Amino acid sequence: MTELEIPVSVFDRMVAQARAAAPIESCGILAGQENRIERLYEMTNIDKSPTHFTMDPAEQFAVVKKMRAAGLKMLAIYHSHPLTPARLSAEDKRLALTPDVAYLVLSLKDAENPCAKVFVVDRDRTSEVPLTIVKG
Amino acid sequence: MKLVINGEEVKSKGGLSVSELLVEQEVKMPEMVSVEINGRILRRPEFDTTVLNEGDKVEFLYFMGGGSGAE
Repeated sequence: MTELEIPVSVFDRMVAQARAAAPIESCGILAGQENRIERLYEMTNIDKSPTHFTMDPAEQFAVVKKMRAAGLKMLAIYHSHPLTPARLSAEDKRLALTPDVAYLVLSLKDAENPCAKVFVVDRDRTSEVPLTIVKG
Repeated sequence: MKLVINGEEVKSKGGLSVSELLVEQEVKMPEMVSVEINGRILRRPEFDTTVLNEGDKVEFLYFMGGGSGAE
């Protein structure tokens, strides 16, 4: 994946979820086609932690089936960093296990100006992918 | 034997346990995978004792987690 497009309505929903959850980290799955996100699936952070997140496997299985039925592909896994910058932590990199998806980190460190960055992780190599917020 | 793995029909050797299927399908880091068979999520100890049957619907998913940690 070399770039990712996210409709402003989806981005705003992700920010609203993160703000509502703060100081707990929020998380979810972004689905779409090619490089364009079409749908957001909010997930439960079963850790209920301000510094960690774990998705509920039952929710994961349910969402994957919904995506498949809708003809969508999992493009990115997102979570919020309520107090730290939009970068992958060592833990994020270690647990970036799902192949062929990007990892989006949404930082609320600047509460008025949420910042999202997208990364791909290939073994020990991490690279940032441009994120474009588009109409829709 | 035919199985449906992550929505796709796949040929597999018959009589495999879930642990053996993960090896057969070359799933990396199987200790980080959750498995659902015919809509039921397996507990990890069941990976060795659950044997796949013809037509079973199998879903594999990696653990999804992380976090800002101790930054």
